This record gives sequence, structure tokens and C-alpha cells, in this order.
Amino acid sequence: MQVYLPIAEVSVNVFVLFGLGGLVGILSGMFGVGGGFLMTPLLFFIGVPPAVAVATGANQIVASSVSGLMAHLKRKTVDLRMGTVLLIGGLIGAALGVVLFNYLKSLGQVDLLINLCYVVFLGIIGALMFIESLNALRKSRRGAPPKRKKHNWVHALPFKMRFRTSGLYISVIPPLLVGLAVGVLAAIMGVGGGFIMVPAMIYLLNMPTKVVIGTSLFQIIFVTGFTTVMHATTNYTVDVVLAVVLLVGGVLGAQAGTAIGMRLKAEQLRILLAGLVLLVCGKLALDLLLTPSEFYVLSAAGSH
Amino acid sequence: MRLLLLLLVFALPARAEEVVLGLSKEIVQISTDFDGSDILIFGAIKRETPIEADPLQVIVTVAGPHQPVTVWRQARRFGIWVNAHSVEVDAAPSFYAIATSAPWGQVISKTEDLRHKISIPRAIRSVGAPMDVPDAQSFTEAVIRIRTREGTYQLLEDTVTVREQTLFDTAISMPANLTEGTYPTRIFLTRGGNVISTYETEIEVRKVGLERWLYALSRQQPFVYGLMSLFIAIAAGWGASTAFRILRSQ
Repeated sequence: MQVYLPIAEVSVNVFVLFGLGGLVGILSGMFGVGGGFLMTPLLFFIGVPPAVAVATGANQIVASSVSGLMAHLKRKTVDLRMGTVLLIGGLIGAALGVVLFNYLKSLGQVDLLINLCYVVFLGIIGALMFIESLNALRKSRRGAPPKRKKHNWVHALPFKMRFRTSGLYISVIPPLLVGLAVGVLAAIMGVGGGFIMVPAMIYLLNMPTKVVIGTSLFQIIFVTGFTTVMHATTNYTVDVVLAVVLLVGGVLGAQAGTAIGMRLKAEQLRILLAGLVLLVCGKLALDLLLTPSEFYVLSAAGSH
Repeated sequence: MRLLLLLLVFALPARAEEVVLGLSKEIVQISTDFDGSDILIFGAIKRETPIEADPLQVIVTVAGPHQPVTVWRQARRFGIWVNAHSVEVDAAPSFYAIATSAPWGQVISKTEDLRHKISIPRAIRSVGAPMDVPDAQSFTEAVIRIRTREGTYQLLEDTVTVREQTLFDTAISMPANLTEGTYPTRIFLTRGGNVISTYETEIEVRKVGLERWLYALSRQQPFVYGLMSLFIAIAAGWGASTAFRILRSQ
């Protein structure tokens, strides 16, 4: 059964979309990530125009993050103060990102920008995760406890602020910058940015792991929500039909994924996820590097 | 032979043969489950003179709305393929199908094609190419090549059936990725490569129902549309987590 997407102006098989939403949902349930970084490239592969995939991806992440955040709010594992600081940075970043996106769109280079961002970030994150989880696997066999640095350059910066839930007394500059970077990425890549923010919060800000996910979800909802409205008003690229179909699949998939995730070991899960990230990255990189069979690309004029 | 032809030409009154046309549908509706559409175009030739010996040929064209298109040529820069040069094609139809009753060379002469802008290259208008792009022609060819592969440009030779030089019919299939608008539909009657009669009508292609409403809202009230998308997403996320909690607690 085909479904015609009114904004993307393409007709796509509804079961393929459903499956895609489900697959990403399973992954996000298994690994506790938003899955935006996989959803958007997979949408490219099935023929959704990149600009629509990015904007709609942002909208879809809002939905999956809301259900996650509610669980965390109930468990009181959200640092609202830290979340707000991250959010301020995030909103500035998202606005900058949309401006950059529109500028490159007028130059005809937006597809390249999106693809490059994906290759670079998926490559880095995938490789780091792979190495990290290999090390963790080795360590868990040897039984050595993991070490963590307590003090770094972050503690030398001014404008300190107390974050009670996280038990931290640090400068607001690092969280603002982390939020900003994630905001830019959210606007350009159509991702929540959890896969960047979570490591940054743990290793850079030294936040306790139990509040990290809830706090990042809190920030992600507002930033991706803001991005959705920005894309809708400046680019007209949010396809609500696409978002709804993906959502239904995603919600069901997430529940299945959580159940699967409980049966696997954390290190095994991380290696699986790293492999998947590297696979998507490799496919996108090949598209950029290999000589295309068609040297010409059409795009709607009038964006100049 | 030539004398006979000359006599015939003189004997004929102008516009001796005219088209009477029918369409299986005059409006194509893009609904949520739209998956392309076949249009049957059929007609008859009305004439007050006896049928000529030289066979009559029929050309049917259906064109989508003309839009400007930016064509990018990719080049390898720093090891990766990027959009390097661009040419603006002033007006290219978003859809173009030509059906003929015989192979292209037999139905129309080059000069007549030029005059009536029938063939695909003639239907595309490209005026200004930037000075730094010497081979602007290859950009126009790329539009035709890409759109032919996508199925939005179709040259359907020998697909119009003509019976007794009087009745004709053909079917044109329109793909799922149609653009909204008015699709001018033209019928040409030719004999010996010359156009002897033309007929024009229109097919309306438009989004209907939910598709139309959403599209209009996204263009006219983008802020409201954005908020609506957001609201749907939040409600869906909330609803799903609540629903699953209730399911689990039972």
C-alpha cells in the first residue's frame, strides 16, 4: 500500500516506512538512544529528499523523547537546572544551525553538508564506541574497576553555578557550549544529538550517569521542537504524514527493543550499536567517494 | 505524383479535418493513497471531405506545469563528489509525455516540431547559461535523461492506435510523484510530416482532502503547521507511554 507524502511529494510504501520506524524504535529501545542518527540516513536511502528527512526527523524525535522523559521525571532523574542551561545553549545553536542550513541550501550544497556531517560524526562516534566497548569487554574479563578523572580544565572556568541534582558546582560555560554544539547538529542533521551530548555530559561535565539520559532528553525535546518549528516556517519541509507513520512504527518498536535489550549484556549491545553506526557511515561515505553513475543533479530553482 | 499532390492541396479547404476528443478523466486527484494514474485519451476525426490516401498520423502530448530547474554538475573536489557547476533551466515541464501513432521520424518534420514545440528537447526552455559553463547543452540533456529515467518524461512511439483514419486512442500513465497544476494536453494531426490540425484541452492535477489541507496549511500558515506537527508528536509520545504503562500494569 502506497502513501503519498504531501510535503515530500513522493509516494512511499507505507509498510516500508512502518518497518523503518519499527527498526529504529527497536534500536532506540535496545540502546537507549533516540535513533535520529539512523532514521534520517535510512530515509535518504528510501528516496525522501534530505531536507524533508532532516526536518521530519527532528519532529519524530520529539515524540520518542517525550515518552522517555516522562519515565525519567517519575524517577526524579532529571537535572532541570542543568537541562535549562544546556537548553539555552541548544536554542542558540539550533537557530544558528537553521541559518547555516538555509545559507547552504541557497548555494545548492545542503545535501553535501548533511552527508558530510553524518559521515564525520557517525565515523567518530562509531569508532570511539567500538574501541571503548572492546576495552570494557577486556576489562570486565580481567575484573579491574573502571577509573574516572575527577578534576579537569572545566573546573577552572568562571561563572560557577550549583547543580544540586547532579551534585556539581561548575562553570556554566561548558554546558552552554555543549548545548550549542548539539543545537547546531540538531538543525543540520535532524538528530536529537543524544549520542554526542551523553558522552560529553559524562566525560566533560562529570555528571552522574543516572541523571544523564533524563537531562539530555529534557534538552532534546525543546531543541528538536524548536528546530521543527524553525524548519516548518523557513523551509516548509516538515512532513507530518511521514512523521505520524514513522511514529506508530517507532513506538511499537521501542517497546520490543526494550525487551530485547534486557536479555543482552551492555558491552555486547554497545559493540552491536557501534557496528551498526559504522555500517551506515560507510554507506554514506561510499556515496561521496565513488564516482557517481550520473554526474548531474536536479534541484528546484527559486531558492536563490 | 507531384502534380497529383498539388491538385489535392488545392482541392482541400483549410481545416478540413478536426479532432473531437474525449478523456477518461479530466481531473486527477492526489489523495493519500495516490499511486499514479492512467489516463485514456480517445477521439475521432471529423471531416467533410473523403479520406485521403496518405495516412493520417496522430500525436498526443500531456505536459505538466513548467518550472525553473537548477541543474548541478558534480565534480571531484578534495576527493569527494560535490555540486560544482550549475545552470538554471528557465522552464522545464515537471511531466511530459508524447504518444505517437508511428515512429517519430515518420509523424512529423523537424521544422514543424520546431514550430509547435512538440518533442521533449523543444518543450524545455533554457536561455541564459553562465559564462563559465561552456557546454550548457549537456545540462539540458541531463534534465531529459534524468527525468526520462524517473518516468516523468516519456516518448511513447507507436502507441496511438488509429482506426480507419478516423478513430484514435491511447493511454498515458502518470507517475505517483506528480506536481499539482494544470496539464495542457495537445493533439496534433499530421500528414506527410506536416501538422494539419491541432486541438488543445487541459487535465487538472490536484491534491484533495487531507493532502490538500496539509499542503495548504504548511505554505500559508507555516507557524501553525509547525506547532501542529509538534503537538501531534508530543501527544503521540505521551499517549504511547501512557498506553503501554496501562497495558503492563494489567
